[in-house]
This record gives sequence, C-alpha cells and structure tokens, in this order.
Amino acid sequence: MEIFSGEAAVKAPVQPFAERLAGHGLELRRGTAQTLQVNVGLTCNQACRHCHLAAGPGRSESMDRATMAQVAAFAARSRFRCIDITGGAPELNPDLEWFLAALAPLAPRLMLRSNLTALAARPHEELLALCRRHRVAIVTSLPALNASQTDAQRGEGVLATSLAMLRKLNGLGYGRPEAGLELDLVANPTGAFLPPSQCQAEQKFRGDLARKWGIVFTRLFTFANVPLGRFRKWLKESGNFENYMERLAAAFNPATVEGLMCRTLVSVAWDGFLYDCDFNLAAGLPAGSVRRHVSQMAGPPAPGEPIATGDYCYACTAGAGFT
Amino acid sequence: METYYSPKDLKKFAEIGSEAPELARKFFDYYNAVFAEGELTEREKALIALAVAHAVQCPYCIDAYTQTCLEKGSNAAEMTEAIHVATAIRGGASLVHGVQMRNVNAKLSL
Repeated sequence: MEIFSGEAAVKAPVQPFAERLAGHGLELRRGTAQTLQVNVGLTCNQACRHCHLAAGPGRSESMDRATMAQVAAFAARSRFRCIDITGGAPELNPDLEWFLAALAPLAPRLMLRSNLTALAARPHEELLALCRRHRVAIVTSLPALNASQTDAQRGEGVLATSLAMLRKLNGLGYGRPEAGLELDLVANPTGAFLPPSQCQAEQKFRGDLARKWGIVFTRLFTFANVPLGRFRKWLKESGNFENYMERLAAAFNPATVEGLMCRTLVSVAWDGFLYDCDFNLAAGLPAGSVRRHVSQMAGPPAPGEPIATGDYCYACTAGAGFT
Repeated sequence: METYYSPKDLKKFAEIGSEAPELARKFFDYYNAVFAEGELTEREKALIALAVAHAVQCPYCIDAYTQTCLEKGSNAAEMTEAIHVATAIRGGASLVHGVQMRNVNAKLSL
C-alpha cells in the first residue's frame, strides 16, 4: 500500500500546485470554517480502486467513542453550519449511531457519506430511523449505472446492492422532495479520465435511474478522482500517471480557488487530529503544518492560516472544481 | 521514423497551424463549434465522432474520442454500440453496391 506523503515524495510531471497558484496571483489560505468533516475510520468492506485513503477490509483504524466525544465537544464550541461524517465505511464504526445522535443538535445540517453495501450488510433499520429522525442527509457513491464500470471500481455486485439500497431509501422517503430527506449521489470517474459535467451527468442519471429502476435522488455531484492512495498506485502501475496529471493540470481553473472546500472545511481524522481536507489527511499534511488534536482546539483554525498543497490539488481545481 | 503513428503526436496537432495559421484557425474554430452542445448533446456528438473515427480508421481520433466519450459520461457498452453503427453502415455500403453487380449481371446474362 502506498500513501502519498507530500509533493516532494514523487515528482509529478506538472508544475507544483503552489507555483501555479502564484502565477495567477493566488494563494490558498483558510477562510471562516463552515463544515466539520469527520473521518470515523478507514475500515471498509470494499477496497475501491480509486480510494485516495486506501480504505478497505484490511484497515483497522477506527475512531473510538472517547475521540468522538472530543469531536462533539469541539463542534459544540465551534458552531459549524454542516457536519459531514465520512470514512472508510462509517457504518462499520460500532459507535456511529451514538455519534450521529451527539452531533445532530450541534449543526443545522448533518451529512452521512454512506457506503450502501456496508449499510446493506449490517442491521440498518435503527440507523436509518435515527437518520430520518434527525433529518440526516445521506450522500452515497454511485460512479455509473452499469455493472461493468461500477463493479470494476468498487467491487463485484456493488451496483446491484447499491440499487436495492437506493430503492429502500426511497421507500423511507429519502430522495423524495415531499419528504424533505436529502439523498445525494457522487459519481467519480471509473478510471484515469475527468468527470462529465455535473449538470449533464445528473440529467442522465436521473432519467436512467427513474426509467430502469424507479429510483429518485436529490442531487448528483461529479468529482475528479484524486491521485492519492490506491488510485495513485494504480495510475503508476497502469502507465496512466503522467497523462492523468497533465490532464488535471491542463484543466486548472483559477476561478475555482476561491470556493475550494479546504478553505472552509475542517477535517478530523479517526485519531482526532486536524487537516484542511480529506486529501491532505490522506497525504499526511496536517492543518497549519503542525499536528493539532481537536481536544486542544478552542475553535476552528483561524482564517488566514496557509493551507498545505500537493500535486493532487489539481483534482480539485479541474474544470468546475471540487467544492 | 520507427512507426507512422505515435500516441505522443496527437498532442502536436495544433502545430499543423505553423505553416498556414489562418486556415488552421478557421478549422479549429469550426471544429470546436461543431462539438459544442446544440440540438445534440456533447455526449451524443462524442459518440458519433468515435463511430466515425472507426469508419475512417484514425488511431489518433479513436484514442482522443474514447477518452472524450468516457469524460462525457458514456460507458463501454454505449461506445461499442456506436462502433457497430459505423460497422453496419460500412458493411451495408459494400453490400448495397451488390445492386449494381446485379444490374450489370442482368444486362450481360441471358
């Protein structure tokens, strides 16, 4: 397993990201924090080939309840607009229900990035009832609507299980406008190519899901795959690294920098340490260049603090960007 | 020259403008306008381009438009069907000329 650790570790065939920003008179600094993203662990039932965190069944890192309590206390004194739970597969953390209940009163919006196959494989009635009660938005990955692409990226049988779970979520009101329960999809490309336009992809997914399976959803997001972790390793092994990095860099859009999520997001790893985003977490680049634990923080990192960058940042500034 | 085709040459396409810049500008302006969303979506146009690329057997175009089709949200099954459309028309174009053969044969034969 390879976890990318900083720009200097492996020289990418593109201009260093910070240098590219400087060329446009830009620099990346934190704004006012609005979103708290909590990575509750790297354990996952899948080993997706594009995973920047290299999460999978072999990973045992998982946030314990004591750290969750520290995160909740941090959230209580920080007043975030949104709290976003991610992993790994958050459903595999045994304290997820406790954590969701603790966080629900602390922000106007609570999101759960659900792995539908992990959700399907465990008792989930109580978890989903809890999510409905607290109006937790469910965000889930679905790269394509054909098994050959989805299963190649996420594992055999993933498309069929995901569709079954989406139907179940629809049955509970998720994705139905009248119920007010948000069900969002995230479509990452199934290889070394850039994503389609979000608007066009959403239109196609909406039509195909409704026509073929009677499934509805709220919104669809398309994001470029980030060249870190398992995906970076695959890019190199398959001979795609150079072309992919050049493609990302060629699609650099300076207009995206202002709205990049790392400017307004605080990412907390499973062990309670802070990063500017989930990608810097994967790269091991802590927020403010020092390891700080949520329990030590009086509030979010201050506006103006510089954000560490790597070549993988080009994935967030390609085209319409990753906000 | 070891081979007539090199994948790296695709990136040099714009260099074709060095000898006749005004013609190149007109061509690339037209080219870009053709592929912009109109009555057909960009995804549909990319699939047509991929099919035509196979009909004219252009390795540069096949490379470029396979990637473009993926980036416009098409999958391998859709791309394969598009190629079959090109194949059917190519094959059909040969076969339909059999009518001429039959005409000539009818004229010459007792």
